[in-house]
Formats: sequence, C-alpha cells, structure tokens
Amino acid sequence: MNWMALELSLKLAAWTTLILLPVGIVAGRFLAWQKFRAKPVVEALVMLPLVLPPTVLGFYMLVALGGDSIIGQVYQALVGRTLVFSFEGLVVASVIFNLPFAIQPMQRAFEAIPVEVREAAACCGHRPWRMLWRIELPLAWPGILTALVLTFAHTIGEFGIVLMVGGNVPGETQTIAIAIYDQVQAFDNASAGLMSAVLLVVSLLAISMTYFGTSYIGRRHD
Amino acid sequence: MIERVEPTGGICVRLRQARPIPLDVEFSCAAGELLALVGPSGSGKSTVLRAIAGLFKPDEGTVTCDGVPWYDSKEGINIAPRRRRIGFVFQNFGLFPHLSAVENVMEGLLHLAPPARRERARELLKRVHLSGLDDRKPRQLSGGQQQRVAVARALARDPKVLLLDEPFSAVDKATRQRLYKELVDLRRQLDMPVILVTHDLDEAVLLADRLCILHHGKSLQSGPPFDVMARPISSAVARLVEQKNIFTGTVAGHDVAAKRTVLTWGGLTLLAGYQPEFKVGQEVSWMVPTGDVTLHAIDHPPREVRENTVTGTVIDVTRLGDQAGVSLAMDTASPLPLFLSLRMAYVRRHDLKAGDGVTVSLNPSGVHLME
Repeated sequence: MNWMALELSLKLAAWTTLILLPVGIVAGRFLAWQKFRAKPVVEALVMLPLVLPPTVLGFYMLVALGGDSIIGQVYQALVGRTLVFSFEGLVVASVIFNLPFAIQPMQRAFEAIPVEVREAAACCGHRPWRMLWRIELPLAWPGILTALVLTFAHTIGEFGIVLMVGGNVPGETQTIAIAIYDQVQAFDNASAGLMSAVLLVVSLLAISMTYFGTSYIGRRHD
Repeated sequence: MIERVEPTGGICVRLRQARPIPLDVEFSCAAGELLALVGPSGSGKSTVLRAIAGLFKPDEGTVTCDGVPWYDSKEGINIAPRRRRIGFVFQNFGLFPHLSAVENVMEGLLHLAPPARRERARELLKRVHLSGLDDRKPRQLSGGQQQRVAVARALARDPKVLLLDEPFSAVDKATRQRLYKELVDLRRQLDMPVILVTHDLDEAVLLADRLCILHHGKSLQSGPPFDVMARPISSAVARLVEQKNIFTGTVAGHDVAAKRTVLTWGGLTLLAGYQPEFKVGQEVSWMVPTGDVTLHAIDHPPREVRENTVTGTVIDVTRLGDQAGVSLAMDTASPLPLFLSLRMAYVRRHDLKAGDGVTVSLNPSGVHLME
C-alpha cells in the first residue's frame, strides 16, 4: 500500500476543493443570474473538460503551463522551479479540469432560488453580503455540497491529466490513481488491488456523504 | 386627468419607456391612501411596482417619496432597493423558505438591535392575526397564513410606502374574503401610501380609495372608484372597467338651464349628463351603466312620462346569483345589444324571457359621453 500516494491524492483533492469553493460560488452565481450575449460560450467553455479526452486537456495544459509558456516562465522566475511536474502545477490543472463539477451544481442551485426571494431580501434592506450569507448560501447549500464532494471525488480518481501535467514523481505528483497504474505495470496485483479497494471506499464514502447531507438539509427546510 | 398633488408622506410616480416594456405612467398616492393599479395581465402593473421599489430601472422618469427623489433619470439618481424603505408583498410572497415565520419578519427588522428583533417580529405577526405559528416554516403555512407573514415582513421596516403585487391571487376565494377584511382593518392603522396591483376590478373597487387604470403600460385615468367606473374618459377605459353599454352617437346640443347634453343615437334623441366640453355635431362614444337602465313595469303603463325611452326585445336572461343580466335587441337605435341588470325575483315574478317585448328608460344622469 502506497500511503504517500494516497496522502498526496487527498492533499490535492483538498486544495482543489478549497480553491473551487469560492470560485464555484462566484461563477455559479454569476452564470445563474446574469444575462449576457456570450453566456452560452462561457457555459460551453466551463463544460469542456467534461467532454474532452483527459489527454487532450492534459496536453494543452502542459503547453500552457510549461517552461516555454508565459505562465510557466513567470512562475519559474518567481518561485525558481517549473510549474509542470510539480504539486502546484497539479493543483492548477486539477482546478481547471474540475470546473464543470464545481460550477454546474452550484449554478443550478442558485438558479433554483426564486427571483422574488432575492428581491424580497433587497426590499428588506439586505446588503449583498447579508443576502449571500443569510439567504442565498443556506438555500443553495445542497448544490454547493454536491459540487464540493464531486470535485473531491473526481480529483482523487483523475488519471490522464495528472499523468500529462504532473508526470509520475513519487511524493510530488504521483497520485494514488497513478500509483495503482504503476503497480499493475510491475505485475504487483496485490498492492494494486488493495489500493483500488481503498480508493473505492473513499469514493463511495464521499458520494454517500453528499446524499446524506443533501437529504438532511432538504428535511431541515421542510 | 392626472392629479398632481405632492402631499407630505405621499409618493409621485412618473415613468416613461419605449422598450422592451412600453411604459407611460403618471400617478400619485397620498399618505394613508390606497391606490389600486388596475389593468389586464401584461398591462405593466407589476413593472410599475418594481420600478417604485427600484427592482426595475425604467428609461425615463421620476419616483419621489415623501419629497425625497428615489429615482430621477435626468439627475442620474437611482437609490438601491435596500435604501428605499419599501414594504413589498410579492405575488407569491417571496418568503425565505428556510426561515421560520418569525425569522422571516426579523429579516425586515435589521434597523433594530438584534435582541429587539424577535420581540418586535412577534408583535407584527400578532398584528396580522398570526400568533402561535411563529416557528413554522413557510411550507407549513397555508396560502393565507403565508400572505400574512409577507405583510408582517413588509411592515417590519416601517416603510414609507407599502406595495402589494396581486397579494390575493395565490389564495383561495374564501381566504381572500377574510384577507380583504383584514387589509381594510389594517390600513386604518397605516399612515403611508399603499399601492395595490390587481387585475380584479371588484377587488380594486372594494379596497381602494382611488383607481389608476393601466393599459399597455399607459395610465389612462385615475380617480375615486365610482368616478372612474361611471365617468370613464374614453371608451377604452369604459371597456376596462367592464362597462357593457358602450355606443356611439352625435352631440345635438346643450341645455344649460336643465344641465343636460342632448345626444342623437340612431333615430333617437337622448338626454345625457351635462358635458359642455363636447361640441355640437361631434361624434362621441357614450355609455350608460347597466344599473341606470330601468325596465318599465310590464303589467301596467308608466305613471309619468319617462325620459330616454327605448323599446326592444329580450335576447337573453342570465342568472348571476340573485341578480339577472338581461340583454335587449333594440328596435331602432343600434345594432348592438343593451344590457340591464334586474333582481332575479322580479324576473321570476314577471316571467321575463327571451322574445318578450319591453320598454326601458336610460337615466339621463347615468348617460355619459366619452372621447
């Protein structure tokens, strides 16, 4: 059992989820309520990681974040090492390929809040922050939770993009999915089986948690 | 047509816009007054209310409340809804579904210190006859109870103006009657202008001090309910206030001494209320309320000479509760039918039915000329 890989996967998933929480709320809210001409294009772009083969997305990110790119060069100048094949690079890639998992459920959740409810809050004298905290977030919470768990579980399970952008550096970019692949390549089916089972349990737990959480919150509103 | 009063505590609204929703609206509502904005669906009533609240920004116009400009397109003033101190009861109430009744009201009490809010919210719920249900979620309340919470929340801010957007449309009829009574009682204690949007003319007449008739985003006429109903300024307003007897005729003259205007209609000469603003020879629309059409006694001839006598044949008798709607085909004057209303008991006693020949009089004071 490669605990280091599991720990790295959990760390990556935690960072990705943490970053996508505010990003998803801001973007989901924006897409739910703002009307603008390019909205279908923006929505399509957000959904793109869902349909592109991970290798394609991985390739573009390797190009975009690599040492020849502006982003890569700026990062190298500031931090002193490359963005690709590093944990930070993995976080960036992970945030991007999880955009649909984070934004979509949150957007739907904010869309489900009746306009009248928000207008009533404005007429009650709510400032935007109070409206967000007191009205919008409690009502959108099931969708937000779903988004967070999906993001977390999906990050742990992602393989193609991680391999393309991160490579396979133990302790730095070797996630559990890649470690399992390595074990199978080395004909170590016992380890691969154990790690697969752990991954299965973690994923199942995460998904069950959302269902329990959302149904609890649903009951609380009744 | 439009009164320009600028009373203290009142609200003055003037809105103009070509697209996407055409608007050409001007009215005012004094403190303590209940103004009903009446019009068919799509006439822009709710948009006007939303513009007053600042939830919709019209192209042009002004909204002035208690002398303070809330919106002025020329001056570039547009106060945010949360700063306007409005009480808004939405059509579907817009209650916060995750908060209890008392918490819903407390959200309107942000101007008070947090400890004082719950006590005040309970008082407000009591005022709208909703004690004992403080901790229920909106979903656990009936339509009528939800409406009461919405009213309590709207009053919580101590608003400068109370806006009611079809507040009775989401409740059943029996509840509606009870809520009408409660609103009548409640508004005696309120000293702010109250603007009620409704498509239901009966509701407006029952509750409002003044009506403002809206059609295709344009305010056509405003005034006390009886004035607007009996003296519409145009045939369009007459139709919107559900007048059935609308005809065209020609002004034949004015009798200044008798305070009557004389009208020719088909071959007949009719006396109407004195309206010297119409020129002799002018083609006009005119109307007479169904209640101002009286049937001559069927079984004996009239005792005195009646004015504005018209003969015709009954087309149809429709029962409407204890009243009957009767339509007549007139012998000469007009191809359009004339409507009158009778007590059902009278119809039964005289066995009035389709095909009967009858004579009716149009009360001259009820005959009203329009553009």
